[in-house]
Amino acid sequence: MSGQPVIAAGPSGAQRAVRFVLPVMVFAAGLVAWELVVRVKEIPPYVLPAPSAIFLTLINDWAVLSQSLAATLLTTLEGFVAASIGGIALALLFNRSKWVEYSLFPYAVILQVTPVIAIAPLLLIYLEQQTAVVVCAFIVAFFPVLSNTTLGLNSVDRNLAGLFQLYGASPQQALRFLKLPAALPYILGGLRIAGGLSLIGAVVAEIAAGTAGAGSGLAYRIAESGYRLNIPRMFAALLLLSLAGIVIYGLLALVSHLVLRRWHESALGKEN
Amino acid sequence: MIESKISPGVEASLTALAASLRGVTKSYDTGVMALGPLDLAVRKGEFISLLGPSGCGKSTALRIIAGLTAPSSGTVRVSRHEGEVQPGHGIGFVFQEPTLMPWTSARENVRLPLKLAGVPKAEARARADEALASVGLTDFADAYPRELSGGMKMRVSLARALVTDPDILLMDEPFAALDEITRFRLNNDLLALWRRLGKTIIFVTHSVFESVYLSQRVVVMTARPGRIQADLRVETAEPRGEEFRTSIAYADYCRRVSAALAPSYSGQSVL
Repeated sequence: MSGQPVIAAGPSGAQRAVRFVLPVMVFAAGLVAWELVVRVKEIPPYVLPAPSAIFLTLINDWAVLSQSLAATLLTTLEGFVAASIGGIALALLFNRSKWVEYSLFPYAVILQVTPVIAIAPLLLIYLEQQTAVVVCAFIVAFFPVLSNTTLGLNSVDRNLAGLFQLYGASPQQALRFLKLPAALPYILGGLRIAGGLSLIGAVVAEIAAGTAGAGSGLAYRIAESGYRLNIPRMFAALLLLSLAGIVIYGLLALVSHLVLRRWHESALGKEN
Repeated sequence: MIESKISPGVEASLTALAASLRGVTKSYDTGVMALGPLDLAVRKGEFISLLGPSGCGKSTALRIIAGLTAPSSGTVRVSRHEGEVQPGHGIGFVFQEPTLMPWTSARENVRLPLKLAGVPKAEARARADEALASVGLTDFADAYPRELSGGMKMRVSLARALVTDPDILLMDEPFAALDEITRFRLNNDLLALWRRLGKTIIFVTHSVFESVYLSQRVVVMTARPGRIQADLRVETAEPRGEEFRTSIAYADYCRRVSAALAPSYSGQSVL
């Protein structure tokens, strides 16, 4: 209300522009240097392709690559949704009953600390490939959702909890009107981590499944192109994976900002 | 204990008890005695202050009356509306902190007790707006807590305590964290509300001056375990206003309350 920034457009606007322009300039300079080195030294594309060659591959192979991108994104999305629902549901269950928490929490930790790349081959034996890949994405991504939601549910203001008790709130009412809103910033933080992790889980599983040959995701493309020494396509697929990760993170950060902007410290400007 | 005559006119409303505590004690799991034994009778419509050093259990006494904490022994009686459905409905509680939900507007914060009691939305909204108007915050109904000043947040908290139209208002050092000027203003507003609504108010404070200014009765408590040291009546022409704050009578009452409080801090230091 009172703390509106008066000179916001001045120095902070310029600073923001600099913070955006500088990394872009570094990126452009790197590309130019890379292109020059490859051309001057006449490095063959199967050793190191020039950026222009990678870009051309991206356009020429778009039919194949876009299909792979869609496949990987679908896996990531399925893993992410499963991890979100599973993580939040399990955290709610833990919050309901200490006994359930004590019984199951160690296994959630074990699942988290065991490297997924070591679990993936086993999953591929027992499950259908597409299911196994989604399960991998789920295993990697669900733990941050679970632990963040648990933390959030336990961070409820004690006086507010007393207030709900005073007015005779039922457990469902306390959950809906108090615990979930209070945990929301934590849950969104967990989801933001889970988004990137489900992409990693999907990629790991695709690579593990790669030799089985039935896959079609981006990671599978990378493995396949490696065997064929199609290095430009490896780079192009890698570029797409990286972009997908950035977009996923950006989307989740945006959702978090939009949901929390009116009340939570994390989404407020420094001037307030 | 000093008991004095009741001023005529309010006699009828003072005959019934709003809350009574008998032999109430509270001890922690460690065996440390925090409170009591405490005997206290609060009449309907009375404005009573519990005054004592920090840690004397005055907040605990308030929480016991509210039903938020169970006493270790003794009995607590709180009168309720007839046909009371929701437990605790007859009590409004104002915490030391505003204790607002930061994720929603002032109106929604005030509406919460009604929402929990299942009051239809339209009616609850109207009553929430009415409660906000009674604390002078009509224009800020849609503001979020972080957009409000400390004093305004406390007003929202007060409006929320009033929205269920409780018989008893329990206030736990509500203005302790505010600056003095804001506190004086809220003191006057609270007195005006009390005169208009006729609620029973039990007000916990550690300020001698605030307790004398606000209440008809000041109950001075000892250091841990909290017991009643003195029960003083403050009698002055109502309605009280700023002129009371600067009067000789006010200074005299403050002196007497301070004298009653002295044994709990002039004795052996606990540090």
